[in-house]
Order: sequence, then C-alpha cells, then structure tokens
Amino acid sequence: MKILVCISKTPDTTAKIAFTDNNTKFATEGVQWIINPYDEWYALVRAIELKEKDPTTVLHLVNVGGAENDAIIRKALALGGDEAIRVNIESQDSFTIASQIAQVAKDGGYDLVFTGKETIDYNGSSIGGMVAELLDWSYVSLATKLDIEGSNVKLTREIEGGEENVETSLPLVVSAQKGMAEQRIPNMKGIMGARTKPLKVVEPVAAEALTSIAGFELPPAKAGVKLVPADNPEELVRLLHEEAKVI
Amino acid sequence: MSVLVYIDHTDGEIKKSSLEAASYGAQLASQLGVAAHGLVLGTLNAELSALGKQGLQKVHQVKNDSLNQFDPGQQAAMVAEAVTSLGATVVVLSNNVTGKALGPRLSARLRAGLVAGAVALPDTGNGFVVKKAVFSGKAFAQVAVSSPIKIIALTPNAFSVSNGDGNAEVADINLTVPAAKIKVTGINKIKGQIPLSEAELVVSGGRGLKGPENWGMIEELADLLGAATACSRPVADSHWRPHHEHVGQTGGAVAPNLYFAVGISGAIQHLAGVNRSKVIVVINKDPEAPFFKAADYGIVGDAFEVMPKIIDSVKKLKGK
Ligand SMILES: Cc1cc2nc3c(=O)[nH]c(=O)nc-3n(C[C@H](O)[C@H](O)[C@H](O)COP(=O)(O)OP(=O)(O)OC[C@H]3O[C@@H](n4cnc5c(N)ncnc54)[C@H](O)[C@@H]3O)c2cc1C
Repeated sequence: MKILVCISKTPDTTAKIAFTDNNTKFATEGVQWIINPYDEWYALVRAIELKEKDPTTVLHLVNVGGAENDAIIRKALALGGDEAIRVNIESQDSFTIASQIAQVAKDGGYDLVFTGKETIDYNGSSIGGMVAELLDWSYVSLATKLDIEGSNVKLTREIEGGEENVETSLPLVVSAQKGMAEQRIPNMKGIMGARTKPLKVVEPVAAEALTSIAGFELPPAKAGVKLVPADNPEELVRLLHEEAKVI
Repeated sequence: MSVLVYIDHTDGEIKKSSLEAASYGAQLASQLGVAAHGLVLGTLNAELSALGKQGLQKVHQVKNDSLNQFDPGQQAAMVAEAVTSLGATVVVLSNNVTGKALGPRLSARLRAGLVAGAVALPDTGNGFVVKKAVFSGKAFAQVAVSSPIKIIALTPNAFSVSNGDGNAEVADINLTVPAAKIKVTGINKIKGQIPLSEAELVVSGGRGLKGPENWGMIEELADLLGAATACSRPVADSHWRPHHEHVGQTGGAVAPNLYFAVGISGAIQHLAGVNRSKVIVVINKDPEAPFFKAADYGIVGDAFEVMPKIIDSVKKLKGK
C-alpha cells in the first residue's frame, strides 16, 4: 500500500498574530514555525503506525510551498516516512494547493491520502475534500479512528454530539483529528535519519485560484473583566441574567 | 440567478446550524435581489414549508431514505447538479461536520470559490468579499471570491435564526443519485446531551477541578442552564472527560453566547478555541490567571466554594 500524508507549515500556537502591508500580509518576523499539529499528531502518526504494522507500506509526505518549508518537512521526516515531495509553488488558495496534491497523488499511485482536519492558520478544513473530489475518491472527514482490512477501510468520524462508524474502500482521502493517534516526540535516530531521506522537489501544475485574501483585521479588544467578589457569587448570576442577558 | 441553501438534517429534524444558513442565505438573496431556495437530500419528519420562516421561497427535496447516510462524494455530485439545473450562483451551507466534508468537494467540482467559516454577510458592493475567522479566532480575513459561482460555509452560531411568518413552497427535484461509496455501520450519540458545536451556552472545566469525580458541579450547572459541557486539553488527555469535549486550538472551536470556564488557566491555545464566545465568565482561584484578560465577568475564588453557591442561585432564578 502507498500512503501520502499532507504536511502543512503553520505559525507556532503561541505566535503573535499581526499583519503588515496595510493589513494584507501576515507578519512573519520572529515567528516560529511548526508542523500543523493535526497533520503531525494525528495524520502522520497514524500513517506511521500503519507502516509499523505492515512494513511493506510505502509512506511519503507532501508539502506545497517554497524552499523555506524544507526544515519543517525534515522535522516531519524525523517522525517517520520514507521520503518527501515538495511542490515548488507559493501557496495561494486552498484550491491551488489541493490541485497540486491531487496531481502528486495521481502520479505516485497512492491508495490513501491523509490530511489533518484543518490548519491552525487558515482554518479552512478544505484540502482533503478538494483532493478527494479532484481524484474522484471517497472522503471521510473529521476521522477519529481508521483501520484497514485488505481494501476495506473502517473508520469513525465525528457527528454532532457523537460519532459514527463508517466503512468504505481504497482509494481514500481522510482528514484526521484527535483520537486517531497519540502525539510522538522524534528520537535522535529519527532526526539523524531524516537528513538523508529523499526530499524531491517537483514543479507545479497549472491551477487557477478561486479566492484571495483582501485583508486581515484583529478582533476588537475586550472592555476588561468585571470582577464579582468571591463571597457574593449570586451577584454573578444576577449580572448574567440582567446585564449580559445570556441566562 | 438564485441563492441555494443546503439544508442539513439529523434524526428527522433540520439542524439548527442549517436554520442559521437558511436565514443567512435568504438575507443574502434579498441583498442581491435574487430568489432564495433550499435543497434537502433525504427524508425528514420536519415540515419543510416552515423554512419560509427563515425566508426561503422554495425548498427542493430528493425524498430518498438512503441519502440520510452521508457520503460527501455522492452529495456533492447531487448538489452540483441542482446548482446547474436551478441556475444558482451562490451556495450557502453550514460549516458544521457535514459542511466541512461537502463544501470543499463541491468547490472543486464546480470550480467555485469556497469561504469556509464565514461569520458575516458578504460585502457585494465591489466584488464579493466574505469575512471569516482565521488563526484560530485570533484574527479575521476578508476573502474575495473570484469564480462565477460562490460557496459560503457559515460558522455555526455566528448568525441568528430569523423567524418570520413565510411559508416555503416544497417540491420534489429529480437529481441523479450516484452510488454511495461510504456505508454507515453504527451511530454512537450521547443521548440527551446538547452537541457542543450547536450549544448557545457552554460550561467548561479545567485541571483546576482536580479530577473527574468533581465534574458533578459542571454537569449540574450545565443541566440547569441547558448548556453543553466542555473541557481543556489536559482534562481530555487524562481521560477525565471524552475527547469531543476538548476545546481549543487543537480541539473543537466554539462561539456560544456564554462560555463559563471553571478552573481553566486560559492558555493561548485554549483561548484560540473559545475567543469568539460572546460572553466569557472565568472562575479561577489565581488572580493572575491569563483567562481573566479575555473574560467579561469573573470571580477570583475557589471553585469548590463558589460553584455550589452559583448553582443554588441559578436554581432560584429558574424557579427550581
Ligand atoms: C501545540 C499546543 C496545542 C494546545 N492545544 C490546546 C487546546 O486545544 N486546548 C487546551 O485547552 N489546551 C491546549 N494546549 C495546552 C495549553 O497550553 C494548556 O496547558 C492547557 O490549556 C491548560 O489546561 P488547564 O487550564 O485546564 O490547566 P492548568 O494550566 O493546570 O490550569 C488550571 C487552572 O485552575 C486553577 N485552579 C486550580 N485550583 C482551583 C480551584 N480550586 N478553584 C478555581 N481555580 C483553580 C489554577 O489557578 C489554574 O489557572 C496546547 C498546548 C500546545 C503546546
């Protein structure tokens, strides 16, 4: 079986969110970059587990972006995976990124494509579904469990207020979230090994962006907290009822 | 030209998030001066003509039980066919669990730009620009959609349900039903609980509550208020509470009218999942807890002393 895991680079969860160029660009100065947590903790680790169970599995990673992404790709390779592919194009919108990944998936003859449930920067949760549609494959999103038996795949996905068990077959695109696997910390052997794993750079296919970002804004600052004394919690209930009118 | 709203349903009822999408779609349609239609795939108990209250003029339905099992590939093909045959130029759906699977497929299929997680009506004065939350609620982006057909996936609980007195015309629509590739084999729903993603009120607990045995007060307050329960990440990681209650940057994102946080420090990753709540209340014994900076109301105090009094007071308020 051939598995492809999509790896996105995102700002660290504690990064200061600010904008430049008249609020049209994210201010990257001083920002630490990480592998998008959903891609790393859930999608990639589950794929690694599948390879550990069946060592004949081929596991590749894919990233869409410039050479500045290579450090993050090597970090992901330190966790696992045989090689990585970077499609050399500045990412524009979800559709252009998905078009690149779909092409890589098609060319490489993969059976299973993993994404994280969303990236923590653009929160689009779009790439997996778009890739699936472009390939005409099944798509199970927000999955918390995945097991493969031959070409049959059993998954659990989130629904409102619970979960649903589903069955489908390969080829398949899955978006992974909490429950799918447990976060792993790369070890020394992994980090050393990642340096020599192949990182192939491929040129993009033509794809037109459907959306663009016209500008950013920060939410209005909070007015400040109204503190209620601890010996009079009844006052809090009154305020929520009469002033905030939420209960 | 029309706005087509995809109506999502479960257990025979229209989801609240879809009533929001219908209200949004109808207001957008009047902004554009076009008709607002709905599309229902599957069978319901609910009376579809009632979608007129949200402002839809006509609801098209494919009455087929098998469509109650959700396969986003199958449904994307059907919605795309409906978009073409009805001449819709904007598709509105909720960015709920269904919309997150269906929206992107539909977008790629129709080559229609998708705004996933819209929080306001588009600005159509100059182009088509939709506001959405980015950086896990820490900022907003104005997204310009350039394709002829546009898809808007509306964030749940970001737009209020309108309740007029219209009546929608309901009609069957004939669409090709492709074979489903996904089979639902079991459903595991926690009975009687309000789904976190749809909740207007949320009571949430953190590590300050010391252990799962102390969640009685969280559940009791939630019960009294008709609220859903949530928790911080370490609480879910320690299996004090189920994973689906975990909110924050790496869990669920919520935007209720009230987020009531007890014994949660308010780490930046936690705030990322709750910062779009309308009112935030924080109960924490540490006056330096970062959560107070993001809160509207707070009590610096021991949850074990404060919470029983709050519960009593809410009981009185509710006449219980
Ligand atoms: C990449 C990354 C992603 C993350 N994603 C998330 C996420 O999605 N969601 C999330 O929640 N966290 C996330 N975290 C973890 C986050 O950084 C915090 O560690 C976590 O939110 C802390 O949870 P807590 O507030 O429950 O516990 P603590 O930080 O231990 O805080 C407990 C609080 O309870 C108070 N307290 C103690 N006793 C009492 C009492 N008797 N009465 C009242 N108050 C009391 C304390 O003063 C303290 O403020 C993430 C971290 C990283 C690095």
